[in-house]
Amino acid sequence: MITGNVVVVGGGVAGMEVAGQLARSGCMVSLIEKESSAGGHIKEWHHLFPDRRNSMEVTDYLARQINHDNITLLTGTTIARMGYGKKVFTVDTENGKSISADAVVVATGFDLFRSERKEEYGYGIYDNVITSADLEVMFRNGEIKLTDGRRPEKIGIVHCVGSRDEKVGNIYCSKLCCITAVKQAMELKEHLSDARVYCFYMDMRMGGALYEETYRESQEKYGINFIRGKVSEVGETIDHKLIIKVEDTLVGRPLRMELDMIVLMAGMEMSKGGEQMAQIFGLKTGENRFFAAADHHYGSNESNVEALFFAGSCTAPMNITETISHARAAAAEVICYLRKAER
Amino acid sequence: MKNEGRKRIWAEYQKEIADDHFFYVRSCIRQSFFPGSEQFFLNFMRNVLGKDIYENPSHTTCTGIGYHGDIVPLATIMTVVARHFALMTEAGYKNIAISCVTSFGIYTEIIETWKHFPGELEKTREYLYKATGREFNIPENMAHTSDIIYKFRNEIAEKAKNPLVNRQTGEPLRVIEHIGCHYSKMFPKYGVGGAEFPHVLSGMAEAWGGEVIDYPERRHCCGFGFRQYLVQANRGYSISNTVKKFDSMKPFKPDLVLTNCPGCNMFMDKWQYTIREMEGTTYGENGESIPVLTYEELAGLVMGYNPWDLGLQYHMVQSEPLLRKMGIEFDGQDKFKTKDGRQMPLPKNLINVV
Repeated sequence: MITGNVVVVGGGVAGMEVAGQLARSGCMVSLIEKESSAGGHIKEWHHLFPDRRNSMEVTDYLARQINHDNITLLTGTTIARMGYGKKVFTVDTENGKSISADAVVVATGFDLFRSERKEEYGYGIYDNVITSADLEVMFRNGEIKLTDGRRPEKIGIVHCVGSRDEKVGNIYCSKLCCITAVKQAMELKEHLSDARVYCFYMDMRMGGALYEETYRESQEKYGINFIRGKVSEVGETIDHKLIIKVEDTLVGRPLRMELDMIVLMAGMEMSKGGEQMAQIFGLKTGENRFFAAADHHYGSNESNVEALFFAGSCTAPMNITETISHARAAAAEVICYLRKAER
Repeated sequence: MKNEGRKRIWAEYQKEIADDHFFYVRSCIRQSFFPGSEQFFLNFMRNVLGKDIYENPSHTTCTGIGYHGDIVPLATIMTVVARHFALMTEAGYKNIAISCVTSFGIYTEIIETWKHFPGELEKTREYLYKATGREFNIPENMAHTSDIIYKFRNEIAEKAKNPLVNRQTGEPLRVIEHIGCHYSKMFPKYGVGGAEFPHVLSGMAEAWGGEVIDYPERRHCCGFGFRQYLVQANRGYSISNTVKKFDSMKPFKPDLVLTNCPGCNMFMDKWQYTIREMEGTTYGENGESIPVLTYEELAGLVMGYNPWDLGLQYHMVQSEPLLRKMGIEFDGQDKFKTKDGRQMPLPKNLINVV
């Protein structure tokens, strides 16, 4: 067992996992979450790729992880200031608490790209242009319908919204949107068997375990149409159908298509909370604005500040499997650091 | 279309538009084809609002059409624009008001080029000095004249004698707004409301009582596209773009098209005539064509100016259907008379005239 006080900033998947691992090792953990409850983005998601298990199974696991006497969960809490001296952090919260810590783990996660920034897609302007997150809420409610209550018959899924897009300042790939699109396309077909579903993609990046198999299944079993081309604009017809313009780059022709619903695959960005932490703690960020780890290969949990570590997608887009692994690695780094300090 | 969404976008693209003391640069196309527009602007600014607007007879074309037609090199057009800035600087002005959207696009492109490549600015200063002995400052404020009318749209609304309302039905007139590509599509930050849902013209139309129509090909090119028209063999591309645009707007039954670009106004006006001649297609109601107006012409109508003083008779598509809807009295006999009452030759085949 190890002793020491650790502050974990961010109560999403990474923060909960790292808090649980540290508590089981003997550390006293203060888990700080700005929202009213822990859980992060996964709370809003219905099913997870690639096996489409219910996300509740993972949130239940995480809830068990932080159900430990050594963990103090501080929800609705944000950090105002931080001082470091004589190997001890003093973390002051906005609501007047002051916490001493031997180490800090930043697990501030990501924010979903605000799809309204891609003005040409008309999110927030046209009815029935929704995001991948909005669609998960519909899945959870068990009903996929248009704003006028009708069932959509033709649905377009737009990949890379806010990812690999120099115009919005995000040249990186968010990595999860392709497989999310494939998963959601299949689920749409399960809800609406007669609907036609089209995915508009730049490249299909199917790098994870079972991703390629899921992609193949979506075509062979579900009949999802994949069109290689970037949607250039969305408009509305006189009978309030959405109309898109896209170039089918494999056929080499421009395409116009009327759709009932468009789902935008919102990418991942450095969170606003993360940006605040970067300022408060003086942490380095990379070109993609996520935190810059000390070393890409063997120091991805280490920061430029002594005794301060990173966990999860505050350093780069990650899926849940990777996030949990990264959080466990962060816990190992903290334990290693505290052991050295004890000596 | 949800207005809250548009307002959120507009809030991100609010540019500073100077209030007074403008160095005015005319448009080659506008002063030739819609001369009443620039005349209205100068009269409105000077005599109605009491603003100071100066124009210099030594101002020339910006050579934008030649530049986009691939016959004027970048170094040349930068030097021509630098000379305009020198005229402005010599006259003691810091704010430039640009009548043409092509010129506006040229000015913004060149200023952005100089920001990113300061060496180009130094070279341009050298070229201009060697050629003319002139020096220049970059304008502190650069506005297209539609920006300025937008800024004063509420003052115009307060003076409105003929709001954009169908006098017979009481319904708002249905307005197609079309911005020129070079107004904000290259640099959205220079346009009021950005490029995707621009507010410069829709803001005027709504302030004056009209209803703005969103239709599928709203963002599509008017059909000019410079080389699509300037190279004769390409003109099929030009007119087919216009057909696509008008086919798309027709079901929405627009009462007028409002533009801020000389090329757009010219092509959406004149190609309607051509399409009608080629295949008998018209896009307005009752076999009529849709009047295409500049923002100054529309502002003038709203304020109660005589339509023929505004130069509406110089469009290919005549504006009578719109004038009737707005309840504006006019005398068709006066259309082609000079100010002192002499009759000018009458054009043949006027569209929209019974």
